[in-house]
Amino acid sequence: MSKPLKQIHLAAHFPGVNNTTVWSDPKAGSHIEFRSFAHFARTAERAKFDFLFLAEGLRLREQGGKIYDLDVVGRPDTFTILTALAAVTEHLGLTGTINSTFNEPYEVARQFASLDHLSGGRAAWNVVTSWDAFTGENFRRGGFLPQEERYSRAREFLTTAHELFDSWHGDEIVADQESGTFLRDAKAGAFVHKGQHFDIEGQFNVPRSPQGRPVVFQAGDSDEGREFAASHADAIFSRYSTLAEGQAFYTDVKGRLARHGRSRDQLLILPAATFVLADTDAEAQERAREVRRQQVSGATAIKHLEFVWNRDLSAYDPDGPLPDIDPDLGEHTIARGRAQVRMYRDPLATAREWRERAAANNWSIRDLVIETGNRQSFVGSPATVAETIDSFVQADAADGFILVPHITPGGLDGFADTVVPLLQERGVFRTEYEGTTLRDHLGLAHPDASAPGERVAS
Amino acid sequence: MSPSSSSPLHLAVALDGAGWHPAAWRDPVARPRELLTAAYWSDLVAEAERGLLDFVTIEDALGLQSSHVTEPDRRTDQVRGRLDAVLIAARVAPLTSHIGLVPTVVATHTEPFHISKAIATLDYVSTGRAGVRVQVSARASEAAHFGRRTVPPFRFEDLESPSVRELGVELFDEAADYVEVVRRLWDSWEDDAEIRDETTGRFIDRDKLHYIDFEGRHFSVKGPSITPRPPQGQPLVTALAHETGTGAPFRLVGRSADLGYVTPHDAEQARAVVAAVRVAQDAAGRATEPLHLFGDLVVFLDDDAAVAVARRERLDSLTGHPYTSDARIFTGTPVQLADLLQNLGQAGLSGFRLRPAVIGHDLPAITRGLVPELQRRGAFRESYEADTLRGLLGLARPANRYAATTV
Repeated sequence: MSKPLKQIHLAAHFPGVNNTTVWSDPKAGSHIEFRSFAHFARTAERAKFDFLFLAEGLRLREQGGKIYDLDVVGRPDTFTILTALAAVTEHLGLTGTINSTFNEPYEVARQFASLDHLSGGRAAWNVVTSWDAFTGENFRRGGFLPQEERYSRAREFLTTAHELFDSWHGDEIVADQESGTFLRDAKAGAFVHKGQHFDIEGQFNVPRSPQGRPVVFQAGDSDEGREFAASHADAIFSRYSTLAEGQAFYTDVKGRLARHGRSRDQLLILPAATFVLADTDAEAQERAREVRRQQVSGATAIKHLEFVWNRDLSAYDPDGPLPDIDPDLGEHTIARGRAQVRMYRDPLATAREWRERAAANNWSIRDLVIETGNRQSFVGSPATVAETIDSFVQADAADGFILVPHITPGGLDGFADTVVPLLQERGVFRTEYEGTTLRDHLGLAHPDASAPGERVAS
Repeated sequence: MSPSSSSPLHLAVALDGAGWHPAAWRDPVARPRELLTAAYWSDLVAEAERGLLDFVTIEDALGLQSSHVTEPDRRTDQVRGRLDAVLIAARVAPLTSHIGLVPTVVATHTEPFHISKAIATLDYVSTGRAGVRVQVSARASEAAHFGRRTVPPFRFEDLESPSVRELGVELFDEAADYVEVVRRLWDSWEDDAEIRDETTGRFIDRDKLHYIDFEGRHFSVKGPSITPRPPQGQPLVTALAHETGTGAPFRLVGRSADLGYVTPHDAEQARAVVAAVRVAQDAAGRATEPLHLFGDLVVFLDDDAAVAVARRERLDSLTGHPYTSDARIFTGTPVQLADLLQNLGQAGLSGFRLRPAVIGHDLPAITRGLVPELQRRGAFRESYEADTLRGLLGLARPANRYAATTV
């Protein structure tokens, strides 16, 4: 008997504050007005996607001591925009990235529980951590957290939030007008948490929400991040969208679940993926090259080279050769407020390799950045892209993808209209929503379905 | 500067659970099992918008509701549990088109950076109808939910003791700093900062983004905001102010607010309160800026005054004692209430925030009884005359404090 086909999960990442997003295209609309978000969410829901995904950054990025001005800058408050989107959609899950360093559990728990109530059970939380004093300058206690404690705080933050969600069971509100009993239990919402990072107690004031707890996402890639996901998360937002890397990551993380007493279907692996579509594969490849040139202007190429060189390279010509000087190996000071800079562990080796490749191919700085930068994950005709996505999922490189279009707000429309029907024809993607909550879409059990301290396979 | 006393009155309603009477949820029209649903809140705000009201406020707190001012009460016979007010406002924003949305936020335990972008975003999703009501929390039980600061427990009788007075002054002064940060962050992007200049590859002109560099006793905030300047430039900032020995609440309104809620019980008190707030406004150097003062009133409203009285008595009998409030409690007909509002309006109040005793009854009584009565008297709008909340209140869109002015 052949293995049954895996059902694919699809999500839509609102185009972000980075150079994947092409703001210069004539079709590019506002990145802040509500109608852009509503358009994007409605497209995702029309295509029966599992959820919409929002990233977050709590300080504007800087490079060379100045606010970075080449990418889209500016975004809305995550909770507020997701809750507004609940009013213009009915089924679409609403996933928000919320930082565990510059928030407090009581407030975040009530915001997620409120979003879950107001969306009828569609809330999800992508838990991220940070430690930098740079971001901390926008908050009451500044950069208080040593880097090595960020996951310990994140774990305790999430545990504490779960204690708050679980402080109501869902049967407390009687609201019997005749007898005058509103609450069954005067101690509803009572909690005590004494830990390393949080010492809090009292009563949580948002009764149990439809999903019990929001779905939990994790996005970090370090060993600690993977352990955090394997022990605590319902889904991972990963960066490995190629077949080989995806399979390696999938095997690694799914392999960690048993140690935490969890089954393989209790954690979904959903890589971010970009795409370019056209009528034919050849046209799509051509279009993809154009998009990469839109994504990497000459000015952007210089800025990206500075991540590796850790120096001001503004005097260099982006259409000329790479710098002869070596990277500055001192403390990284050139770019702040972005994760990208930590990807280059050995700048000298990277610089050497890039110079060699540029010389061998006669590439300018801009050519080099375009060629070494992120190629689109899926490029081709709708048939090719549908087949590739399906084959990746069936080959356990992923459970689905979080698609990152490069145009706001219409960048998802083509995928919805052309690729989704093909996936539906293949029998690997829903044609109608079967449930009402995000847990339903993702095939995750309601937390109340399992006894305390025990998890049940769905 | 007060809006002219001959101008039509402004009207807001204060939404909280099933209504302001503790037994409101037991009224047959109440929907006590739906208080946590989107449908409940969108119905209420739609009704308020049908009545052409200026705005709704939405109560909130960082702890369970309590009948005690200073501590939890562990009661089970009143509404307990609520949703985040900013998110309720966000949920109803796309479903409405003219009415202002003014959620409560607690300054004491939250981050001004987060709240600034939340209210800015509410302004985007409502296309210019956002406001905020800033509140402080002196409850030790709520401080314990955060574990970040210690608020000494005290009893209601101790409210005027020196240590509690000092605490109140500190919390209100911190709230004023908080509003200052929120406002600076709203201005931290100039309106034309987004340039999309393909020639230079720049999305923004970073010279039009500004660090706010706020440093105060309670926090420092660098900026700029991550959210561009909202449609209204400065969403409406409001606060409730009672008269206290220290004058701290009036100072907050005088220094920081576009609109203050006050609780006079008659025209004479109204004149005194208005005068006291104007003194605080002058002291803050804002004498020439518009500052609305709205009177808060709890209302039991029926076409027959005897019915309103009977309704109030029935609810009081359910709780076993007469309902009391910081605000005047009005019980009567739309005609009587219109008389009262016009009388108080002549004392210097530019509008009123009505607290429906039972939302399911008294909100429609306001929109379908009081509003037509005021319209007959030429004292209330016949249709919405502006698309933004500031516009409805006759407030101009403020210039950006950081923008270079051309002389």
